[in-house]
Order: sequence, then C-alpha cells, then structure tokens
Amino acid sequence: MPTPIPVEDVVPRRRLRTGLKRPLALIGLAIIAAWALVAIFAPWVAPHDPLAQDYGLFEAPSRAHLFGTDELGRDVMSRVVYGARLSLPLAVLLVVLSMLIGGVLGAIAGYFRSLPDTLVMRTVDLVFAFPAIILAMVVTASLGPNVRNAVLAIVVVSWPTYARVVRGLVLSLGDSQFVQSSRLLGTSSRRTLVRDILPNLAGPVIVLATLDLANAILLLSGLSFLGLGAQPPTPEWGSMVAVGTQNFQFWWLGMFPGLAIFTAVLAFNFLGDSLRDRFDPRGHTSGGRQGAS
Amino acid sequence: MALARQNQGEGPGRIRRNASRPFLRFAARRLVALVILGIGVTFVSFLLTQFVPGNPALANLGPVTSADPVAVAAWRDRYGLDDPLPVQYGTYLARLLQGDLGESQQSHRPVLTDLREAIPATAELAILAILVAVVIGVGFGVIAAVRQDKLSDQALRLASLAGISMPTFWLALIVLYVFFFRLGWFPGGGRLDPGVLPASERTGMYSVDALLAGQWSIAGDALRHMALPAAVLAAFNISLIMRYTRSAVLEVISDDYVRAARAKGLPERTVVVRHILRAALPSVITVIGLVFANVLTGAVLIENIFAWPGIGQYAYRSAIELDLPAIMGVSLFVAIVYVSVNFIIDVLYGVIDPRIRVS
Repeated sequence: MPTPIPVEDVVPRRRLRTGLKRPLALIGLAIIAAWALVAIFAPWVAPHDPLAQDYGLFEAPSRAHLFGTDELGRDVMSRVVYGARLSLPLAVLLVVLSMLIGGVLGAIAGYFRSLPDTLVMRTVDLVFAFPAIILAMVVTASLGPNVRNAVLAIVVVSWPTYARVVRGLVLSLGDSQFVQSSRLLGTSSRRTLVRDILPNLAGPVIVLATLDLANAILLLSGLSFLGLGAQPPTPEWGSMVAVGTQNFQFWWLGMFPGLAIFTAVLAFNFLGDSLRDRFDPRGHTSGGRQGAS
Repeated sequence: MALARQNQGEGPGRIRRNASRPFLRFAARRLVALVILGIGVTFVSFLLTQFVPGNPALANLGPVTSADPVAVAAWRDRYGLDDPLPVQYGTYLARLLQGDLGESQQSHRPVLTDLREAIPATAELAILAILVAVVIGVGFGVIAAVRQDKLSDQALRLASLAGISMPTFWLALIVLYVFFFRLGWFPGGGRLDPGVLPASERTGMYSVDALLAGQWSIAGDALRHMALPAAVLAAFNISLIMRYTRSAVLEVISDDYVRAARAKGLPERTVVVRHILRAALPSVITVIGLVFANVLTGAVLIENIFAWPGIGQYAYRSAIELDLPAIMGVSLFVAIVYVSVNFIIDVLYGVIDPRIRVS
C-alpha cells in the first residue's frame, strides 16, 4: 500500500537545493571539495614523505620546503597534506555515529514518550552537564590516549544534540494530522517512523550534521592538541599545532596545520550556516551546544 | 529558592503576588532538577573512574611497596577498593558531602586545596573574557541587525563565522607570536612579572586583590598578563554572542511596538536601547550559558600555552597523568558550576520573560 507523500516531505528538499545556491555555501563546498581531493591524492600532492626525517631542523619556508620543516626535519607541508587523511574521514565517521545513536534514541524517546523519553532525556541532560571537552578529555584519559578512544569520547559527548533535536521533531510530527491519519489506518509503529516521520527529519538533521562536522574537527584536533588523540609520529593537525606552541618562535610549525583546521572548519560552517538560513531562519536547530576548541 | 523568595517579597500589590506563585513553582522545579542533575554528575564521575585501566596501588605505593601483597591488600582495604561498587559510591558521596575530594597523586595535597588555588586564577580570566565578549558581541550584533543585508552586516557575518571556526589554541599561538615574541607588547605567560608579589589575598584573583589594596602597579601588571589569554578566550564568544544578538534583534525589529516607538518620534538610540535591546535580552542571557562552557573549554586548551596556573591547566595535567582524584574533582566542580550557571540563567529568563514560567 503506497503511503501518500505528505506535503511537508517535498518542501525540505527544495529548500536544500536553493540553500546550496548561496555564495557562501558554494565557497564552503569548494573548500571541502579541495580538501577531499588533497586527502584522496595525498601521496601525489605531498612533496615529501610525511614521516621522513632530515638534518635540516626548523628550516623556514623555502622553495624546497614550502611550509618549512619541523623539529625532526620533516616537511611540514607533506604532514599537513597527510593530516587531511586523518581529520576529515574521522570527522565524518564521528558525525555519522553520533547522528545514528542520537537519532535512533531521540526518535524512540519522541515517539514512545513516557518511560523511554524520560530515560533518554535525563541521560542527555547529564551529558550536557559537562562542558564537552572536559567530558571528552576524562573519557579519553580513562580509556587511554589514542585516536580510536578520542573518536569514542567525542561520540559520547555529541550524540545528545541529535537526540534532543530529533526528539523534538518527532514529538511535533507525531501530533501532526498526516501521522495521526496514517496511524488510524492501522499503520505499524515501525512503518510510521520509517515512512512518515523519517523523511521529515532529513532536512534539519542534515543542517545539524553539517555544522557538527565543524565542531567534530575542532574537538578532535583539540583532543590531539592536548596529547589525547593521535600519537606521534602520526601527522595530525592538532598535535602539530601543539608542537608549534612548544617552539613558537618557529611560526610555520603551528601556523600551517592551524590554517588547515581553520579552513576545513570554516568551510563546514559556511555550508551549514547557509543551509540553516534556508531551513530555519530563526536558528532553532542549533538546540545543542556549540563547542569551542 | 532564595532568589524566588526575594522576588515574592518585593512584589507589591495583588497582581504581582499572584504572578509570582507560578514563578516560585517554576524556580522550585528547576532547583529540583538541579539537585537531581548534581547527583547524576557525581555518579558519572564515579563511574568514569571505574573504567580506568591503570593500577592505582602501583601509582600510590610505588614499585617496591606494591610488590608486597600484604601492603597492597591493606591499602586496598583502607580505601575500600574491594567493597561492592554501590558501597564504594556511598563512601564517595559521604566523603564528598564533607568536602573531601581525595588527594591528588601529583601534588600529594588535597584536591580541594589545589582547586582553591586554581579556581581564582581561571575566574579572573573568565570574568574579563566574558565581559569583553558580551560588550563587543552585543554591540556588533545590534549593528549587524540594524543594518541587515547591508555591506557591514555581510562583513560582520563573515567575521563571526571566521571567529567560531578558529581553533582557540591556534589563535593563542598566533597572538603569542605577534604580541609577545615579535612586538613585545605583552608578557608571554604567567600571572605576574617575576619578582612581583601579589597583593594580600582576599579573592585569590590577583587583579582584584591589587585593586582592593589600592596597589595600582601590581593591578596593572596582573591586567597586562591577563590581556592576551583573555582576548583569546573572548574571540570565539564575541562571534557567538554577535550571532545570537543579531537574530534576536531581527525578530523584534519590525514589530509594531518598535514602529510605534519610532512613530512617536523617539530618537533612534532610545528605540534601539530601550525597546529593541530589552526584547533581545532573554536570548542574549541564554547564550551566556554557552559562553561560560566555551570559556572553560578554552581555558583547558590555552592555559598551558600561557603558563596560567588555573583550573584548565590543572584539568589538563591531571588527565595526562591519570590523576584520578584530581580529574574527578575538576569535572565535578566544572559540572556543578556549569549546571548552576544554567539554573541561574533559567531563573533570570523567567524574571525577564514571564511567559516562560507558565510552560
């Protein structure tokens, strides 16, 4: 039995398309595409092996080393290029995981209400009671500092945002006429959730995920900066900036990896901000926290 | 509760008193939520420590003593490590109520003592950063909204997006390089110049203590040391507050009462300050909760760079060293302060905007 497509289903998709046409969104997309290409073709883009050490320590940027060399004589540019292979896929993985966990829990809470709702939302409150980095730091430190645990820790602190937004949307959608009518016709809970509610969540959740990608990159590089994420000699932007702060007279050490974080985060913020303007001019999807890193 | 009662007391006339009853209920409900959340926070920080794979006996007793099973057993017994978990949690709570957060494994001092020293250092930075961020952020936000879609609005939007995209620790590095290493305008770290002693302690915040004691040169020195880290902490939040203020102002700027205020000939400045900003206040206050969390986050990331002996550096060091009592103490303190700040904001929100109390 084909469920008739509700009107609300059509609107978000059109908005998504017009949202993408704004200049900021285009610039954001272009930067993201550029970074994606750099990450994919890192071995061809990077002029040197990112791990190869040389005698020329702390060499200022020159023609041989465009971004200079670091404390072990490694080529900073090659390390920044290879860093994209770590930060970007991990950020996507993080956001997908948080979106799935938060989305499913939020949908359950909003749809079944009563006890599941209480359980999920009180847990959300608890996680929100800690500033993200403190909790992520404690979790990573407890589990042992490495990339996998840093990713886990960030998922722990970032799923509640999705749970809260999805729950709110499901609550309001559950009261809407088309869902009520479909329920009256005897549609099962699962079918209602998948066919009637899920398509209407897509828009807001995509906006949230785009903005969250920016946060994920910041948090992940922040944890690595603190020495709780990627371990040496892995080329990672946050830990490269950390080395830069220990030798801050050699400005190129921290400048370029920091610039890489900044441009990647900026691109996702450009995109997410433009999309949000389209979907939700009053900015209500940002119901979670905006973390600083 | 105190806040709510005060409010009831000052309300003259029948209407006010009737209106304050739902407010009392609202504040009480928030307070109950606060207490439950506080208990939850202790539970989470207790649970987290159970995951730690380290060997606390080895860390505390040293390699020689921890090789002796009798000594280890005695030590485990003394700290109740062999008790069932609920009992351990109970002991932990009972100690907590007496203000006992345990002893730090790095400093070998009570965690509470460490925190007492670190908190004022971060507090003076945070207060300065938040003040700066609110003043500049609200100002720019109003400008952007009033000149909506004009060039200055677009420029401010770009700047604010850049501001929230910049990693705080990277900004700290740049600022340190330019203003300390290159220009030498500001000191590169620490709270006071070497050789300068803080004024007699009252708050533990060097700048405030010096001002209270009237020792201007010490106060100036403390402020010069605070300038760079506070500016870095403020940067992200200026952008954030600007964005919230802008959208809050835009929501009311075309309302009838604003048009009426203009129509009756009020000067633009009065309209903006008295009518528009007043209506935008609740959203601005809400964002302060976020700002507070951001400043704490920023403190963790940058205090080490600026050699600032505050709570952020303490948290960072304890995490790196797996100093459990210290980690628990810091996260507990931070969470409780954070939750309380949000409670105060909720209540303030209800004071400013009575519609909130009902829902």
